[in-house]
Amino acid sequence: MQRRLLFLLPLLTLALMAGFFAWSLLVGRDPAAIGSVLVGRPAPRLDLPALRAGDPPLTDALLKSGKPVLVNFFASWCAPCLAEHPLFTRLGEREGAVIIGIAWKNKRDEAEAWLKRLGDPFKSAGLDLDGKTGLDWGLSGVPETYAIDGNGIVRMHFRGPITERDLNESILPFLKGAK
Amino acid sequence: MIPELGHFSLILALAVALVQGTLPLLGASRGDARLMALGRTAALTQAFLVILAFGALTQAYVTSDFSVANVVANSHSAKPLIYKISGVWGNHEGSMLLWALILSLFGAAVAIFGANLPDTLRSRVLAIQALIGVGFLAFLLFTSNPFERLSPAPPDGNGLNPLLQDPGLAFHPPLLYLGYVGFSVTYAFAIAALLEGRVDAAWARWVRPWTLAAWCFLTLGIALGSWWAYYILGWGGFWFWDPVENASLMPWLAGTALLHSAIVVEKRDSLKSWTVLLAILAFSLSLLGTFLVRSGVLTSVHAFAQDPARGMFILAFLLAVTGGGLALYAWRAPKLMPGGLFQPISREGALILNNLLLCTLAATVLLGTLYPLFLDLLTGNKVSVGPPFFNATFVPICAPLFAALCVGPFLGWKRAELWPALMQLRVAFIVSVIAAIVASYAVDGRATLAAIAFGFGVWLIVGSLVEFAGRLRLGRAPFADSLRRLKATPRASLGMTIAHTALGFVVLGAVATSAWHLELMHTMKPGETVTFAGYQVTLQKVEEVKGANYIAERATLAVAYDGRPYTTMQPERRLFLVQRRQVAETAIHTNLLRDFYVTLGEGDANGGWVIRLYLNPLAPWIWLGAAFCALGGFVSLSDRRLRIGAPSRRPVAQPAE
Amino acid sequence: MRRAIALLALLFTLPALAVEPSEVLADPALEARARTIGQALRCVVCQNQSIDDSAAEVAHDMRRAVRERLTAGDSNDQVFAFMVARYGDYVLLKPPFKTGTLVLWLGAPLLLLLAGSALLLAARRRQRAGLAAPQPLSDEERRRLDALLRR
Repeated sequence: MQRRLLFLLPLLTLALMAGFFAWSLLVGRDPAAIGSVLVGRPAPRLDLPALRAGDPPLTDALLKSGKPVLVNFFASWCAPCLAEHPLFTRLGEREGAVIIGIAWKNKRDEAEAWLKRLGDPFKSAGLDLDGKTGLDWGLSGVPETYAIDGNGIVRMHFRGPITERDLNESILPFLKGAK
Repeated sequence: MIPELGHFSLILALAVALVQGTLPLLGASRGDARLMALGRTAALTQAFLVILAFGALTQAYVTSDFSVANVVANSHSAKPLIYKISGVWGNHEGSMLLWALILSLFGAAVAIFGANLPDTLRSRVLAIQALIGVGFLAFLLFTSNPFERLSPAPPDGNGLNPLLQDPGLAFHPPLLYLGYVGFSVTYAFAIAALLEGRVDAAWARWVRPWTLAAWCFLTLGIALGSWWAYYILGWGGFWFWDPVENASLMPWLAGTALLHSAIVVEKRDSLKSWTVLLAILAFSLSLLGTFLVRSGVLTSVHAFAQDPARGMFILAFLLAVTGGGLALYAWRAPKLMPGGLFQPISREGALILNNLLLCTLAATVLLGTLYPLFLDLLTGNKVSVGPPFFNATFVPICAPLFAALCVGPFLGWKRAELWPALMQLRVAFIVSVIAAIVASYAVDGRATLAAIAFGFGVWLIVGSLVEFAGRLRLGRAPFADSLRRLKATPRASLGMTIAHTALGFVVLGAVATSAWHLELMHTMKPGETVTFAGYQVTLQKVEEVKGANYIAERATLAVAYDGRPYTTMQPERRLFLVQRRQVAETAIHTNLLRDFYVTLGEGDANGGWVIRLYLNPLAPWIWLGAAFCALGGFVSLSDRRLRIGAPSRRPVAQPAE
Repeated sequence: MRRAIALLALLFTLPALAVEPSEVLADPALEARARTIGQALRCVVCQNQSIDDSAAEVAHDMRRAVRERLTAGDSNDQVFAFMVARYGDYVLLKPPFKTGTLVLWLGAPLLLLLAGSALLLAARRRQRAGLAAPQPLSDEERRRLDALLRR
């Protein structure tokens, strides 16, 4: 009997492995999607020069104001950022959301021109020319967006451009709920 | 017209495969000679049909027929002819067709060369082969049809991935697939044996040539892939523990274990269930590799386009083949008659240790490759398993394996003494230790672990040669006597010595290149000279060159040694216009003892160009060694005993259930 | 044309050791440490490449950060912790040894140990059962043996 069980072991191992494979295929797991470790933790520091001429430098002050904030990393040379930008404009104007924009590895004049052309929904905006702040926030590229609650804790993370669905299912409820 | 013919051939081939997969099996269990003979005819017909289909696709590529979608996606009129041909299998659909082709060719080979097999065994093997073929042909026809037409036909194609436009990589898939598919034959033999209810010395003798052939080709395929990575990726690395590389290593490890395990079945009628299991596993791991590359469950630089739907099909196929095989194994293997008994210290014991260690290595690779997937699904945590993990877990297990490798051949069957065997190897041991110490001092005492590994490489070489010398009674008998013994040595033993010695060379090359390479990176302007490893390297010029389908920046560097001109190196950076991809062409100068390796980086006339120089000691030995390993396998394959006269079968003691 | 190449070239990743001359630290010991660490950190936007092998922007940033931390006096472990704090365990090419990865690290060696001991036990059991010990020759057999040896 024990011997029989031993001979079944390879088959059982296969069943286990195949189970995992089927699970992965069925849920449509994307092996490249790694999420962010910052979710659930206090937001990293912000200490950047202002993007727009005449503005004060960008600091964490807004993150500790008790209101939920969206932090959006973008760049003028980034095509998906162009695609998602109208959604931020809508969030800023219609919903009155507080959005911080950070231009990542972008020349100041190019970023300013881009915002002027497409609309500027950012309450406050900073310039991360060398990418150090991006590194602190675990950035792997642009666009990436973080949702931070009133206590300064990161609650959501979006890698890549946000979509209508993200807006309706995640961001708007978050903004309304986390007050 | 021709693509349609190809498509039709595939459909016919599927029908023939269905026939071939069912009727001969029926014939074998009934003893119906006509049905069994049908297997042979069907196998030959199937091969003919798939050859037609493959020919049709090749014709579409060679003539740049852009009404075929596959050609549009992967070819371009400006591509050189050789890459038009290799482009046939440089994509998902075409490579699946290549699988089906090699599968049917192996089936035909069994039909033609398997005359010495008993009818029942042969017809069962052909039937199992055909059933596997059914799976692949169905996959092709229903999800990955290479003959899809595009209407209207675009004026030109998207071109082949520039990384694939390289002779090394052009032939890497066919060799690899010859290996993977070759293991399908051993799988078929294993299933046939389980169905028949017996595994014996005759079976092991019949299975051996197919296992050897598959193993040799797989060795060559992996070596070619590794060599390609070395000269294309631009920094001297040759193995990255990427999931797809691991996917080819696992069947190779199982195949090596199978080769050695089958010896025990042949000589001593023992280790049967283990050998059968390994035969099933070798092919299953090949299929697993196919699944991993094409389903999208893992990230890899090598992966084909991901498609979860295809992934499900391959998974189902994998389950059918492996699950079916392992279920049959669980049911039938306990009933296999146990064979000769032996002591732990014996040749059998050594081969069991060999089995254990190789399987552990395969398990390590499997675990490391799949763990991120498992952990992510179970807990949502993401981890990465990269080279540092495998260096910490895989490499240490090689130590006892290599140590035992040289001792095994000195042990007798059934029962042996360990100490006398070790004493015969004392010279090899002393030489290895000295080599390790010398190596350690020669590189200023850095990387002592590498020096120990180096010692293992020397151990493998000297140990194998000592065994061979002992076999020939070299030094102890007159030379003419030794020569006579050499002529009488069975090719299988010759093959063993060649392969084991060659493995030692691979280890030496791998250790030296990884641990003791030199590198220098410098931004150079034309006219500047740097000194590197005793050479004076001068950048003469950087110019623009036009190729068939690319523009390149080519640097010309003059290398001098002791003031005297030594060689000229011309690394390039090629820009392929159609795909807009850059590929680096490294310049390598080899004297078979070391590689002098130069790459051209980014730069311009004002700031200079980034030039990277590497000296890789013993690097050529890695691939030469691997090629000689395969040679050893081919020598073994040419052993006459494999072609004529297998040991006669003992009459069946009890009928198979 | 030259400019076109240069511009196009900037857009496409070139698979090669990507450490740039400008990144290399002056202190060779620190640079050697940076290389060791770089080979053990994963490029988060690439397919299975270390940051030393990737030409991606983020990889460049990470390499620079590694060198900055090393110059500031961090130990290797502290540099790894710095990266893990920002990117998670995913960024380590050598998975950490913790409860979640016990099976990964110990699975195969444990398998070897179990299989090996099972086989040894089975062998010892057979030995104790006396099967492996050769039976002494019977008289009949001894006579046959003598006859054969004389021939």
